[in-house]
Amino acid sequence: MTSKPKVAFFDFAGCEGDQLEIINLEERLLDLVEVVEVVSFREAMSEHSDDYEIAFVEGSITTPHDVERLEEVRSNADTVIAIGSCAAFGGINSIRNEQDFETVTERAYGEDAAMFDDPDAELFDSFAQAQPAKAFVEVEYEVPGCPIDGEEFIQTVTAILQGGDPSLANHPVCVDCKLAENTCAFDRDEICLGPITRGGGCDATCVSQGTRCWGCRGLVDNPAEDAYSEVLQEYGVTTDELLNEFTLYWSWQREHGPQADMQEVEQ
Amino acid sequence: MSQNIDIEGNLVTRVEGHGEIVVNATDGQLEACEWHVVESPRFFESMVVGRDWDEIHHIVSRICGICSVTHTMTGLKAVEDAMDVELSEQDVKLRKLALAGETLQSHVLHLGYLALPDLVGEKSVVPMANTHEEEVKTVIRLHKLGNELIETVAGRSTHAQRTIPGGFSQLPREAELRDLRASLEGSWNDVETVVDLVLSLADELPEFTRETEFISLTDPDEYALYEGVPYSSDTGELDLADYREIVNEHVVEQSTAKFTKHDRDSYMVGALARFNNNYEQLGPMATAVADRFGLKPVCHNPYLNNVAQLIETAHLIEHSIELIDSLLESGLEAQSDYHKPDVDVTAGQGVGAIEAPRGILFHEYALDETGTALEGNCVIPTNQNHANIQLDMERLVPTIIERPQEEIEHTLEMLVRAYDPCISCSTHYLDVEFVDTQPE
Repeated sequence: MTSKPKVAFFDFAGCEGDQLEIINLEERLLDLVEVVEVVSFREAMSEHSDDYEIAFVEGSITTPHDVERLEEVRSNADTVIAIGSCAAFGGINSIRNEQDFETVTERAYGEDAAMFDDPDAELFDSFAQAQPAKAFVEVEYEVPGCPIDGEEFIQTVTAILQGGDPSLANHPVCVDCKLAENTCAFDRDEICLGPITRGGGCDATCVSQGTRCWGCRGLVDNPAEDAYSEVLQEYGVTTDELLNEFTLYWSWQREHGPQADMQEVEQ
Repeated sequence: MSQNIDIEGNLVTRVEGHGEIVVNATDGQLEACEWHVVESPRFFESMVVGRDWDEIHHIVSRICGICSVTHTMTGLKAVEDAMDVELSEQDVKLRKLALAGETLQSHVLHLGYLALPDLVGEKSVVPMANTHEEEVKTVIRLHKLGNELIETVAGRSTHAQRTIPGGFSQLPREAELRDLRASLEGSWNDVETVVDLVLSLADELPEFTRETEFISLTDPDEYALYEGVPYSSDTGELDLADYREIVNEHVVEQSTAKFTKHDRDSYMVGALARFNNNYEQLGPMATAVADRFGLKPVCHNPYLNNVAQLIETAHLIEHSIELIDSLLESGLEAQSDYHKPDVDVTAGQGVGAIEAPRGILFHEYALDETGTALEGNCVIPTNQNHANIQLDMERLVPTIIERPQEEIEHTLEMLVRAYDPCISCSTHYLDVEFVDTQPE
């Protein structure tokens, strides 16, 4: 490769925890800027350029203005990569998708929620649903997680720089949990989403820290077939029951399926 | 000659979240000067409704990646208040330690990565890696230290898992705490390096003063961060239960984040507010840093919030060492690696407040008898600073209106950055927009 590929970061509705995980790579971040040229990273730098090949987007899409920005990013970039659960499949922001939007606005803004209906109050123009980037534009790759795992981010960047195709693991978190020698959360009377959540990047960190899998990396592809059926059978839980149990990260994905892409989604 | 200000749509960066400054002047006459928050609303107050008491902290952690520990723990405090859950002394010390780690990480991130480039005249920390290599490596080490503190105690630096209602799901090992203590003791040279650097650049901080009210927590026994009651520099101690009357949140059309006011039209929260209100309780190293800058309370220059963060950085290291010593002295009381504290789930309403890196943070939840949330309310530090930023701008702009536009813009960007606004908490981007109203 004769010149460094130009890379840009963009954030939509989210907590910026994924970009923070990239900053948290600390010294290794200096290695990263040796091999790519970061031309836009609003959280950390003032420079900005629309000349880039790879765009990382964080956060979910919640306003018409978000869609405009996202489409601009898409038209500038050769490769768009969604980082974090919000950008990849709606994530925690999509909890509200299952709630009535008028009630949602009233709970947060009280009587001033009327601004959401006011055509003059443009700032308040908001979609009733929080949606991932792929609901609006083509997204080549995803790095899921809430937050993303820094190592998985580096692996993705490395694969792309070497001309390869970064792919996500398609085994449930249960596999990582067994490798980590954790006591199964079901054995501790917890409802755990490990059997149907995509593993491979998180080392089952939440179970390892004494809690349970909350589903932040999204559904494994074809969860009914690939789920860790041994665990589910042992505890008398079905995939459908688990899917219905949790709406924490999956409110958008449950409706559209784990492999939903732009063509299948109504805006 | 009086000028028209007509710079439009320049993006201000290195802040957390999206906001914009609108300045409108014709012939040197200021016509509009507004601080806008244009972040997409996220509706966390609604997202918690219908969720279980043991999920709320997990959800509200996602309000902010940078202060996720604080949001988690404020959510926990509110739920624990609603159900009258008492924490062990050990758990309180461990929470204080994780909080110190997060504030350290956040202060170093803000000061080193976001504000420092302004003082050295760079656009980001990246070119500083060439011009100030050692200093940048020092900042990276200190930032890493904060993250290691959180990871050791809470399990992960962003959206940590171990802090749960009633205590911790898992405890650090004593050996890990001893290693951490050694790293903290070993960090004083790094703190000195950053102090020397900021001191050498202190002349770059604008001299601007506007009297305002400072609100923070205060505690008789220590520099209040995790515990304490709300305190106003104007009116003294306040009752946490009355927090809605303290903040008086109101919606303004220019912002998707609410504004607040208390005794005056605005007040300030954050490192400078804490420094002003609780200066006497700073540790000796922190006080020595303050002395080197000649900083004493009451300081009304918002740009010195960055210096207050540096002073607190020293304090947090001292405080963490004390906490670790105290924990090691009594020995960690063992518990299972999958610990679930004994919590009696009851209906109730609870309020929690913690000093987030950027200032006092309030969470409140109402729970039914099954522990399901009926209602939630979060008042974010950045929201509380919006009105103060607005009034600072109104005072500052006329005094610099004859300067070159680039300089005006830069001074205002620095002002906003000094507050370390965490706009994504409230509702990301900072656009400075100077509107040209000159007739075509």
